[in-house]
Amino acid sequence: MFEPVINLLKRNARMSVKDLAAAAGMTEAAVEARIAEYEKEGVIKGYTLVTNDDLLDKDFVTAFIEVKVTPKADFGFDDLARTIMMYDEVDSVTLMSGSFDLAVTLSGTNYKEIALFVAQRLSTIDGVISTSTHFVLKKYKQNNFFMQNDAEDERSMISP
Amino acid sequence: MIDYDKVLSEKCKEIKPSGIRRFFDIAAQRENVISLGVGEPDFQTPWCVRKTAITALEKGRTKYTANAGLAELRSTISDYVKRKTGVKYDPDHEIIITVGGSEGIDIGIRTLIDPGDEVLIVEPCFVCYAPLVTLMGGVPVSVETREEDEFRLTPEALKAKITDKTKLLILPFPNNPTGAVMDRESLERIAEVIRGTDIIIMSDEIYSELTYSDEPYTSIIRLEGMAERTLYVNGFSKAYSMTGWRMGYICGPEPIMKQMLKIHQYEIMCSPTVSQYAAIEAIKSCDKDISRMVNEYNIRRRWLVGALNDLGLTCFEPKGAFYVFPSIKSTGLSSEEFCERLLFEHNVAVVPGNAFGECGEGYIRISYAYSLKHIMEAVKRIEEFLKTL
Repeated sequence: MFEPVINLLKRNARMSVKDLAAAAGMTEAAVEARIAEYEKEGVIKGYTLVTNDDLLDKDFVTAFIEVKVTPKADFGFDDLARTIMMYDEVDSVTLMSGSFDLAVTLSGTNYKEIALFVAQRLSTIDGVISTSTHFVLKKYKQNNFFMQNDAEDERSMISP
Repeated sequence: MIDYDKVLSEKCKEIKPSGIRRFFDIAAQRENVISLGVGEPDFQTPWCVRKTAITALEKGRTKYTANAGLAELRSTISDYVKRKTGVKYDPDHEIIITVGGSEGIDIGIRTLIDPGDEVLIVEPCFVCYAPLVTLMGGVPVSVETREEDEFRLTPEALKAKITDKTKLLILPFPNNPTGAVMDRESLERIAEVIRGTDIIIMSDEIYSELTYSDEPYTSIIRLEGMAERTLYVNGFSKAYSMTGWRMGYICGPEPIMKQMLKIHQYEIMCSPTVSQYAAIEAIKSCDKDISRMVNEYNIRRRWLVGALNDLGLTCFEPKGAFYVFPSIKSTGLSSEEFCERLLFEHNVAVVPGNAFGECGEGYIRISYAYSLKHIMEAVKRIEEFLKTL
């Protein structure tokens, strides 16, 4: 389903209600009502920022960690996922299909800090069988933004 | 020293250079220009289509195909046109795969026009029709559309230009540059005038996938008695964002197509083979890509129409293609003055409306084949420009 308000906000959460209304073909009141509804329902969880962290802070490291776990009886994976996500260092926790169970992303100021967090906090959680840490070297695309260079427009300036 | 003027064909010299050309040259020399001047989509060709072409190259599918095009592509197009318009063309005798829609327009005109034949060209319109008619010794006759009719062709305007020499009516809808679409009712009124005459229609429907109204798109070939007198031109450039692949097609009654195939065969042999394989994939797999692109164009269109009207550059709501055609009459400037000053003083490139026919004077063409962010920045500059007037 194509939902213009969500589509537009995902690209630019700072777009004004006036512009949203014009682009979506709705009244400003209808846009405001829809956003309020989505916020209430939890469809919209928040409004965030896409940054190129390499430019912002040279001492910035992110890692992607594959975690294999033994699901607990009665709780399944949820209980373990909740335990992991409580740490502030953890950016995201996702249950995956395939050869591991939980995908965890972490950020820190250096490699050692992240490695230690995994060794001391993550691996020791009851039910975690193994972890495999991958450090992010270069980000090319994030939330549909090109992180390195904007794609160039190769079209001629004017054509019939 | 050769006197080149003497060796050149009179017909060729008679053709006016495109009104856009001069403008293009100025814009290309300047820096920091934001353009809203293109006539092609900003999206990439869907990946599955590019991948199919890569595979075709790897497999060495680089030979000539049948003159009319790959049988599989013709039959895929035949099914597609049936699905979209209700008309079934015989893939063996009624479809030719062309080098873009442009070649279809060219060979269609050449198949029909003798010296002295009059060709009705609905203006404002894409720039190629009149020169191609002139080359054949035909007489281009402008049929003007007006903003108060939402730039649709009216039966009155049409009737006023029909003579006993009228051979062909070129119907370019959805329209570049106005964005006008002929709805079923308007088409029916045109069909009413044409029925019972020997006038052939060339319906250039290259933008047929890009329409933004709730009612389903109607092609004139769907109307009673029209398919038998219509050359239906379409292609992959706009719908699938495949301009550089040069893939189009023309469909029509067998007696016309049989003659047309001779011209196509002598001038082109066949359309590019790799592009033909890619085109099969486009029709088979890319409905969802079209709807993604249409949704995006629609967002931009709504925003842009609203913004221009707010600025006092009034425009009717265009229902097709990816252009808006606002009136700049309130500024007191001519189309060319407006565009030149906008370019020189505020670095925004748009196209003067009179490049698409005299009745486009007083208007400019703004393309929304750009990201919304880009469009918003350009409109901000247009606003600054208007304040200085």
